[in-house]
Amino acid sequence: MKANVSAIRETRADRMFRLVVYALLAVLLIAYVYPLYFVVIASISDPNAVYNGEVLFLPAQMTLEGYEEIFHYGELWIGYLNSIFYTVAGVFINISVTMMAAYALSRKEMMLRGVILKLFMFTMFFGGGLIPTYLLVKSLGLLDSRWVLLLNGAVSVYNLIITRTFLVSTLPEELHEAATMDGCRETRYLISVVLPLSGAIIGVNALYYGAGHWNSYFSAMIYLTNRSKFPLQLILREILNATTSSNVFEAAGSEAEKARQMRVAEVIKYCSIIVSSIPLLVAYPFVQKSFVKGVMIGSIKG
Amino acid sequence: MRGQGVYPVPLPYGGIELSKPENYMRRLGKNIFQHYELYLLVLPAVVYFALFHYAPLYGIQIAFRNYYPGFSIANSEFIGWDNFARFFQSYQSKRVIWNTLRISGMSLVIGFPGPILLALMLNHVTNLRYKKVVQTVSYAPYFISAVAMAGMITLFFSTNGMFNNMRKLMGKETIQFMGKANLFPWIYVLANVWKNLGWNSIIYIAALASVDLDQYEAARIDGANKLHIIWHIEIPSIMPTMVVLLIMNCGRIMSVGHEQILLLQNSLNAPTSEIISTYVYKMGLLNNDYGYSTAIGLFNSIVNLVLLVSVNWISGKISANSLW
Repeated sequence: MKANVSAIRETRADRMFRLVVYALLAVLLIAYVYPLYFVVIASISDPNAVYNGEVLFLPAQMTLEGYEEIFHYGELWIGYLNSIFYTVAGVFINISVTMMAAYALSRKEMMLRGVILKLFMFTMFFGGGLIPTYLLVKSLGLLDSRWVLLLNGAVSVYNLIITRTFLVSTLPEELHEAATMDGCRETRYLISVVLPLSGAIIGVNALYYGAGHWNSYFSAMIYLTNRSKFPLQLILREILNATTSSNVFEAAGSEAEKARQMRVAEVIKYCSIIVSSIPLLVAYPFVQKSFVKGVMIGSIKG
Repeated sequence: MRGQGVYPVPLPYGGIELSKPENYMRRLGKNIFQHYELYLLVLPAVVYFALFHYAPLYGIQIAFRNYYPGFSIANSEFIGWDNFARFFQSYQSKRVIWNTLRISGMSLVIGFPGPILLALMLNHVTNLRYKKVVQTVSYAPYFISAVAMAGMITLFFSTNGMFNNMRKLMGKETIQFMGKANLFPWIYVLANVWKNLGWNSIIYIAALASVDLDQYEAARIDGANKLHIIWHIEIPSIMPTMVVLLIMNCGRIMSVGHEQILLLQNSLNAPTSEIISTYVYKMGLLNNDYGYSTAIGLFNSIVNLVLLVSVNWISGKISANSLW
């Protein structure tokens, strides 16, 4: 912080304070890094070593056995492809609908904008609940359809509000006036002027919606029955619930084989947690700025 | 602008003539006609909310009916408050309500001050690189999925997991963490605090970043130490944010999400892990007791709505900070 670069010397109490703060944050850092690090080292360690608690700070008897096992597990990769599809197609729908609505609701000329926004916001506080929504999806014929994962949740009110706040606060009214003078219609203005200037908010939306699609399992669990449509999280859930690797993978053999499979199953769990998190890990450094921005825009009361 | 020629001067608000009082519907019709593009742009969202959020409201009536899956809602027998009565007379009702309150109460007490303390501490870190590392690392778990989170929790707390291995090293006996009902709320709440702490601190960090630097300077010249600065400058500056978030959290005291808990539940920890939302799911979709499940869900949403409106009203009265 810049305020500390003042000419006044740090007092003893302040030095102590700083020391305590740094130490507490170091403890916190360990509390965050260690569990994540442990998942990584456990995933590349020998199943027996993990089982016996020999893995603490370094991987023991490094092996990629767990990764080999899941590599041959077809359903995991189908789930992976499904999740990529749900995420990409879902985010496309989310952003299109959100941007269009947020833009329209940011225009003062629209008489109904207040009413529409209030009706949208009401859904944040009250809804039909689980069963009525389920019955609706059923009556729409969307049970066991990929569409349910794309359409249900197409717009989040929160994202809509922060997008609208962004548009209101960053696009000067003069820009719209000038474009209108030149004969630009609303749709044209949205595509040619608003979109190119909204990179930041599109990034925020892509991140929030994308993480939502990638991480969700509950909708898929209640609406989908056909395994070929399952997203990754549902497959991951099965792997994590299995007590032995044979539940998911091969048929069990002798007692010794069963015991081995049980231990392999543990390591497979660590591996699958990592494999399923790779897209987020890869995206994380790039999107970090986006979500800080998103929270900041969200904190402006619009 | 089209249609402008009708008026002698260009008028604000899309050419609505302000001098002559016009009937609202007429004005609206004109507005929609003139700005039909805007209405078309918002249409997909309107259809979405109408379909997926307003249409299900119709189905709420099965809470008052003896509804069987596959039959029409309107033709099902009307049974009044029977489903509600059945819930409140069952031994489960007290248990799931109390479990919900315990978990969200603990989340509030532990989870609310955490991000504030983290933000205040980060604000006093002068080494920018260290600050950046702590931020990057503590924000990350927010993006771990509920399934992966549940996997990590069950693995770490299993009989041969990380925590029991540490206990063994210290010469203590192993504990079957996930099978102990009295430990479940702690495990769930602390894991969630771990997951969301960094993320929830962002908003406070942003609020602290907007404090005028002159205030710090003035305070230091007056001989304030760090604790004075925190107490007299920083806490007042994040107070509005704190109040709004506290209101929202209090309003949600009866709503705990089912997604994470459902994955951590087992028959051994059910006495404390069964909450309203997981019970609604089980009664509805696993037992096909649709009316009963909807009744419990409806009771819960109404309580939530009432809570939110009242805490907001109270806060508006005492501090002028409210959600709307």
